[in-house]
Formats: sequence, C-alpha cells, structure tokens
Amino acid sequence: MTTQDQKEGQDQKEGISRRRLLSTAGAGMATIALASGVTLISRAQATPRVRGVGVPASSKIRWGFLVNTNSDPSDWDTCVAACKKENGWANTGHPNTDPQWIRKVSLKDKRTGAATSLPMMCQHCEFPPCVDVCPTGASMRRADGIVLVDRHRCIGCRYCMMACPYGARSFVHHDLHNQRPSMPRGKGTVESCTLCVHRIDTGKNPACVDALQAKGSKAIIFGDLNDPNSEISREVARYLTTRIRDDLALEPGVLYRGL
Amino acid sequence: MKNMIVFKELDANGLDYLALLGWLLVFIVAGLGSSWYMEHNGHIVTGMTNQIVWGMPHVFAVFMIIAASGALNIASISSVFQRKMYKPLARISAILAIALLAGGLMVLVLDLGRPDRLIVAMTKYNFKSIFAWNIYLYSGFFVVVLVYLWMMMERRMNRYARAAGIFAFVWRLALTTGTGSIFGFLVARQAYDPAIMAPMFITMSFSFGLAIFILLLLFTYKATNRPLGDRILFMLKNLLGVFAAAVLYFIVVRHLSNLYATHRHGVEAFILLNGGVYTALFWIGAVLMGCVLPIALLFHPATGKSCSAIMLSCWLVILGGLAQIYVIIIGGQAYPLDIFPGYQVSSSFFDGVVHPYAPSLPEILLGLSGMATAVFIVAIAMRYLPILPMSLSDAAVDPSHDKSK
Repeated sequence: MTTQDQKEGQDQKEGISRRRLLSTAGAGMATIALASGVTLISRAQATPRVRGVGVPASSKIRWGFLVNTNSDPSDWDTCVAACKKENGWANTGHPNTDPQWIRKVSLKDKRTGAATSLPMMCQHCEFPPCVDVCPTGASMRRADGIVLVDRHRCIGCRYCMMACPYGARSFVHHDLHNQRPSMPRGKGTVESCTLCVHRIDTGKNPACVDALQAKGSKAIIFGDLNDPNSEISREVARYLTTRIRDDLALEPGVLYRGL
Repeated sequence: MKNMIVFKELDANGLDYLALLGWLLVFIVAGLGSSWYMEHNGHIVTGMTNQIVWGMPHVFAVFMIIAASGALNIASISSVFQRKMYKPLARISAILAIALLAGGLMVLVLDLGRPDRLIVAMTKYNFKSIFAWNIYLYSGFFVVVLVYLWMMMERRMNRYARAAGIFAFVWRLALTTGTGSIFGFLVARQAYDPAIMAPMFITMSFSFGLAIFILLLLFTYKATNRPLGDRILFMLKNLLGVFAAAVLYFIVVRHLSNLYATHRHGVEAFILLNGGVYTALFWIGAVLMGCVLPIALLFHPATGKSCSAIMLSCWLVILGGLAQIYVIIIGGQAYPLDIFPGYQVSSSFFDGVVHPYAPSLPEILLGLSGMATAVFIVAIAMRYLPILPMSLSDAAVDPSHDKSK
C-alpha cells in the first residue's frame, strides 16, 4: 500500500496525462482493495481469535503477555481478583497450601533501594521445565504456547513444582467447592495460570487483561507475539523488555517492561 | 563337598517370629491408614505446602530406593567380582534389595496426589522425564533381580548366574543414577542440579544398603542361633567403613565445588552455617553420624572388633543417611527460589523467605510403614525360601580356612 502511494506521488511529479493518471489510480485502488482483502484473510488465518471445536491450536500463534511494571501497583491486585473470580480459586485461610495462580510480587533492589512490584504467574515458556520433567505428559505445551496441566492425567507427583523456576504452580491440598464450569480443577493435582485458555479460544482476552481494561489500565497487553502487526509485537519491538530468569533460556511468553 | 554352603528356610514357627510379623503389620496398617487419611482429606493434613512439595515420605522413599540398590552390592561382589566369600550372602542380598525397593516405592506411590492413577503412570510416558525412566528402571529392577535370584537358586541355571549378576549390577548403577538425577536435572533450584548428584547417590547407596544388610545379618543370626563368624562380619564392616568414607568424600567435593560458584554462596551458607535445623542435621546427622563416627568406630582397633560397635555404626550410617536425604530434599526446597537475583523479594506466596516445614505424624507413619514392609517381605522370604545359609562361621565361608585344617 505504501509503495503504491509512493508510485502515485512520483507519477504526479512527472506530469503524466489525466487519462493515464485515472487508469493508474483505478488500478491502484483495485490493488489496494485486493491487497487489504488478502491481508485481512491472511491475518484471520494467522490469528484465528475463535478456535473451532476440534480444531487444533496453531503453532503460527504465540500467545503472550507484556507486563508494564511501571503501572499502578494496585493493577496487580485487580489481576489477582479477576483471576480468582474467573477460575474459582480462593484464599481459604491456609496461606501455605492455598493455590495462587497469579500473585503480586514486591521487589526492592538491594543495591539501590529502588522498588517496584509485578504480577507473577506461569510464564508459558517455549521450553518449559515442568513439561520436561512430567512423567506422564500431563504437563503440556499447546502449539500456541499455552502451558497447561491435563487434570485427568496428572498423578500429583509435584515434580513440575520442583522444576518450575518461577514458583508458578500450586498443588490442590484440599477439597474443592464452587468450581467454575469453564475451569474444572482437581484435588491432588497441580494447577497454574492457563492464560484463560477457555476465554482465548472463544475470542476473548484473559480475565486479568479485561479487568485491567475495564478500569482503563493497559498494564498488561495480551496478544500474538508471532503477529508483527499485533499491539504486543509493536510494543515489544519499541521498548526493551525482560524475560525473568532469562539465563535459563526458557523463552517465556510473558515479558516485562520497566524491570 | 565339605565346605558347601547349606541354605535353609527359617524354622520360625515360634511366638517371637509371629510377634515380629505382628508388629510389622501394625506399622504397615498404620502407614496404609495414614495414606488413606492423607488422600481423603488432601495433603493439607501433612506438613507439606506449595513451597515444600516433597516431604517426609520422599525422604524415606528415596532412602529406601537407593539403599535397595546398595543392598544388592553383596550379591554383585560375589557374582561380578568373583569373591567367593560373599557367595553365601548373595541370595539374601537380592531379597533385601527387592524388599527395600518395594517398601520405598510403596511410600512414593501412596504419597502421590492421585495414587489411584498409578495405571496412568504405568501407561503414559514422557521420555524426556527422568521420572518416566525411573518407572522403567524400578520395575525392571524387580524383574532383573528376581531372574538373578532364580539363576542363583536353581542349580541348573547356576552357570548363568554370573551373567545375570553383571546385568543386575549395571542395572542397579543405572537405577541409582536415575534417582540421583531427579535432583540433578532441576535447573530451577539453587540447591540442586549439579551432575555430581548421580555418583554421590551411588556411593550413598553402597553405604546405606550395606548398613541395613549387616544389621539384618546380625539380628537374624542372633535370633535364629545360627553361627556368624568374625571373618565375614569384619570383612563387611571394613567395606562399610570404606563406603562411609566415600560418602564423606562426595559430600566434601559437592559443597566445595558449590562454594566455588558465587551464585551458590547463599544456599551453601544456608546449609552449612545458618540454616537452623538443616545445618544441624547436616553437620551432626550427615557428616558426624553418617560418616565420621562410623569410620572411627569401624576402623579403631578396639571398637572395630566389637559386635555392638559394628551394630551401632550401622545404625549411625542409617540415621545419618536419613539426615542427609532430609537435608538434600527438604533443605533444598526450604531455601527460597532465586527468581530475581539481586532483589529483595516478598509476596503472599512466601517468595524470598525460608519456607518452614514440620513433618506430620501421618507422613512419618507412612515412611515407617515402607521400612516395615521391606522387613516384612524379608521375614516372609526367609521363612519360605532357602536364602539364608545355615552357618556363616569362619570355616563355612572361607575355603582357605577349611583347607588349612
């Protein structure tokens, strides 16, 4: 499209005839219309926001989060509350054993004293250690980068919790009540942030992202890291970002800005 | 034929034998009850948390699994290294190995969040996981050792015993390597991931397995009034002393190499200096009780020849070994994950703080029931199988002793 505009500009400068100008412009318009149609189709194929029943997840997509750690610290409380509400986990008065799919972590630089906070959840690694160590394959990475636990296959060995560098997983230590139909859980199995896979597959954003947007915050941008035109990709290309424990080369799908 | 070893089942119909089985059953039932209680209520009734995910059952299970491969060593020495004096002990060594592994696995399985899904673990494999490999190594160990035992016990198959013994020896090395690698492959945690874990676990298995084996011999031969000569006992105790020294060597090397790496200074300070119960268990348990005291007792001219000092040394190796596994498994988890190096971290999920752990009674009972199961299997095997020599007197075990007559 840009090339076409430039070409038109050059033609005008060269003082071409009116008829030639009109025919060129007509051809240009047709090209633009066709090109945008093609672009729309190709984008729709690259990021099918609604995944049909029985359609496998596509490796053309890489879902991810960009977290802006310079945001209002209360934003992370919003995320935690939204995740609890959406997925049905809660504090039961046993802080050592209560599951936490997402948590607010406060950081203070030991040398400078500078402080910040951020949300910590499953980092949806490209090379997840939890998936590597799981003996039964219950821990798995979907083609689109979402790391999940198959609750029917998990035997509750907790090796994945030993292997996760982020402390992102929880073991269900007690009976469960008031489960959400969209997010079945299981006593004696391991669980963690699913990136709200049930929402993503129906074309929605994860609950934490929607909750932030509802309060006018863009503290977390969600999207397809493989799509160069997505907002997350544009932001990631514009600002320096950090992957936590990058030394382990796990290629997390969650990136942090401002760390 | 004069010095041929005679194997015979225990003639144990007395009250003592039945009382022993009864007590063991009490522990086994208590362990099974604990497991049911833990599964029914969830792991919330244990001392385990989302930070200390492997607790006391894992300490017992890992201890027994590595001791199992160590217990097979006696048989290996006779078959693989052709040391004839060890041959009378080979059968009981194989039985003890099977029993310890069965006890350890029982504890491991009953501590799963979903032990009812054991069939999933047996049918769905992720071969990148060392756990999945271990399932093969553990179940294969039973088959390999049972075949080996058959080769030893069936006269017509005796000629294959050496080959089976060599295969079992290699298998047991792989098994302990697999168990050590559970911790060797954890890149996330400061306390784990060095490759030295695998050979260290092999050495630990030599020591723990032999200590249990010597105790079993001393107890059984005393209880059954069968003769047990000094020659074989001193040979075994010398071996135990060497193994305890080898364990100490690996402990030193592991911590020295960790101290060389600056990023491990925090966890090393935690284990060696300021880790409270873990520091105490390391120095008093693993180092002093598990290695230094047994070495001194076993090699000192006065105590080295005393049966009670040898027995005490075995108990010290076992208790020190449990302490060492406790420090490795629990201590390694108690030290917080270093997610943000250079930052002071805090959260509602206890980031950045040392995690507390207190083993609950059900966990301890489950662990002890694994031990009781192992002893129960050995006791039943001794009663119904000809695995125990009638005599282990000097004359019976040492052909040269016989020739000199």
